[in-house]
Amino acid sequence: MNSVHTREPAAGGRDWAVEARGLVKTFGDNRAVDGVDLNVRAGTIYGVLGPNGAGKTTTIRMLATLLRPDAGSARIFGHDVVKESHIVRQLIGVTGQYASVDETLSAWENLIIFSRLLGLGRQEARRKASELLEEFGLAEAAKRPLKNFSGGMRRRLDLAASLIAQPPLIFLDEPTTGLDPRTRAQMWDTIRRLVQTGSTVLLTTQYLDEADQLADRIAVIDHGRVIAEGTVDELKASVGSSSLQLRIQNPGDIEVARQAVERVLKVQSIVSPEAGKITAPMANADLVADLLITLREAGIRLTEMSVQKPTLDEVFLTITGHGVEEDASDEAKQEEAM
Amino acid sequence: MSSLPITPVSELQLKNHASLRQSVRNSFTMAYRGLLKIRRTPEQLFDVTFQPIIFTLMFTYIFGGAISGNVHSYLPLIIPGILVQTVITTSIVTGVQLREDMDKGVFDRFKSLPIARIAPLAGALLADTVRYTVATVLTFVMGYIMGYRPHGGFGDVVIAGVLVIACSWAVSWIFAFFGVIARTASSVQGIAMLILFPLTFVSNAYVPVKTMPDWLQWVAKFNPISHLISAVRDLTNAGTIGGDFGISLIGAAIIVAIFAPLTVRAYMRRT
Ligand SMILES: Nc1ncnc2c1ncn2[C@@H]1O[C@H](COP(=O)(O)OP(=O)(O)OP(=O)(O)O)[C@@H](O)[C@H]1O
Ligand SMILES: [Mg+2]
Repeated sequence: MNSVHTREPAAGGRDWAVEARGLVKTFGDNRAVDGVDLNVRAGTIYGVLGPNGAGKTTTIRMLATLLRPDAGSARIFGHDVVKESHIVRQLIGVTGQYASVDETLSAWENLIIFSRLLGLGRQEARRKASELLEEFGLAEAAKRPLKNFSGGMRRRLDLAASLIAQPPLIFLDEPTTGLDPRTRAQMWDTIRRLVQTGSTVLLTTQYLDEADQLADRIAVIDHGRVIAEGTVDELKASVGSSSLQLRIQNPGDIEVARQAVERVLKVQSIVSPEAGKITAPMANADLVADLLITLREAGIRLTEMSVQKPTLDEVFLTITGHGVEEDASDEAKQEEAM
Repeated sequence: MSSLPITPVSELQLKNHASLRQSVRNSFTMAYRGLLKIRRTPEQLFDVTFQPIIFTLMFTYIFGGAISGNVHSYLPLIIPGILVQTVITTSIVTGVQLREDMDKGVFDRFKSLPIARIAPLAGALLADTVRYTVATVLTFVMGYIMGYRPHGGFGDVVIAGVLVIACSWAVSWIFAFFGVIARTASSVQGIAMLILFPLTFVSNAYVPVKTMPDWLQWVAKFNPISHLISAVRDLTNAGTIGGDFGISLIGAAIIVAIFAPLTVRAYMRRT
């Protein structure tokens, strides 16, 4: 019963924080996760990117021992999530998509209880709780019941609770969804600092931008399958460049403007006449200045100019040949407009 | 973030099972959580506060004259009856709250922590003994205010109270089981009331059994609740420990022996 395992290096566990093979989870006849393979190197940030219902949460729950896989296997630092679940729980911290803290208690009480459950003594638990509350900017609200906490405060408390034991692997399920830009930037900083202390982070997100900012490697999943995997640069290269969008003030100018765009940027462009909009791939950002001068000289006035970065939509479009389902109607509209 | 580097995985001492000591510790922490929740939401104690007060007043004045001639001589009969009914009914809450708790986000965290898996269940059962104690004390206090003077004396009243609390704790395993397997908290409440309502009323709690029809007398005499009530009456009114005391304890032990393993098994499967 009480045999002490020290992990043998032969398992290959030292390098890999997560090794998942063919994970499957079905709910009724819905294959929520349909054969997912993931390898996460220790000490890195790994992003799992996918739209609503892709199976991100289900995958994380299986890796975090909260759900039993129907098929396949997963190892955390070489320990099997099913057979050695108690060991795995000593190695992970989980911040779920929805806050997993006690709503009826205060932030302080929550952290004390989790600390005590993790085996800290009374004094230690108090020290840990106040330290974490301080770090996550919750010290002032420590004694208030969580009912009055904002979404951002709840998320921070949830993350703080996951860090009590300083676990070597941390799961973050959509850590910034619903946060304002400032709080999101703080969360990104926190995640980066976690990795500096030697932790490994596996996070899910719906935003390519976030994965771009944080992750060393990304897996794109859709309909329960990994449809692309690689470094951020590899993925971006597969999507292509940013695009330039111009809105022309006078609809009569639009044909002249289009010719100018194609001549100066040396690319094909797309025109949406009723919107007075021209969209063109921006392979060389330097040429945009030339284009603007050309337009000014031709007396063509712009109402708006913007640069569109590749979006998750486009990753999907490129990789799967279909867009993110919800935006399918948008896509169709654009096609019509062409 | 404490910028202390984390301990490398290869240097951690990892065990695949929680030790007995850890299980006990974790259970007490979970019980502490239950107490904190009661302190934060004292309205949780509404039922155990008002049921003893209202039931004691109501039933004593409604039935007192009819059954014992006057209110005062009805008190030795009714106070043990109400005590048992109130405290046993309180044990339903264990099941209802367990179900609610298991549906909450915080349960995911408990499941992802390296704690004894039984701790949230054991902690809930442990914390609820506080509720039973509140109900017990209030019923006796209410009786005292209305003029009830137990012949058994203080010591025997305490023993009677502890007996009722222990038996209710045993019964709470039944509702914990329903709490674990049920889909919703309100269905737990429904099932539990369906069981407890006849069980507590078809007993010697409010009326002498001999006034019932034959077949009902048979049920009431067989009913374990009647034995518990008789045991309490023996203690409070006469200061004696009789056969009913033993029967009650054996009954409680049997319930725990059946439902504790069932509940734990179902609980482990669900979590
Ligand atoms: N407990 C469950 N019972 C039944 N179906 C479920 C359950 N959990 C998830 N699903 C289904 O599994 C699929 C994947 O869900 P999952 O929550 O893993 O997606 P997700 O990628 O996390 O999506 P989101 O971005 O919305 O969080 C969905 O179709 C969902 O409806
Ligand atoms: Mg999700």
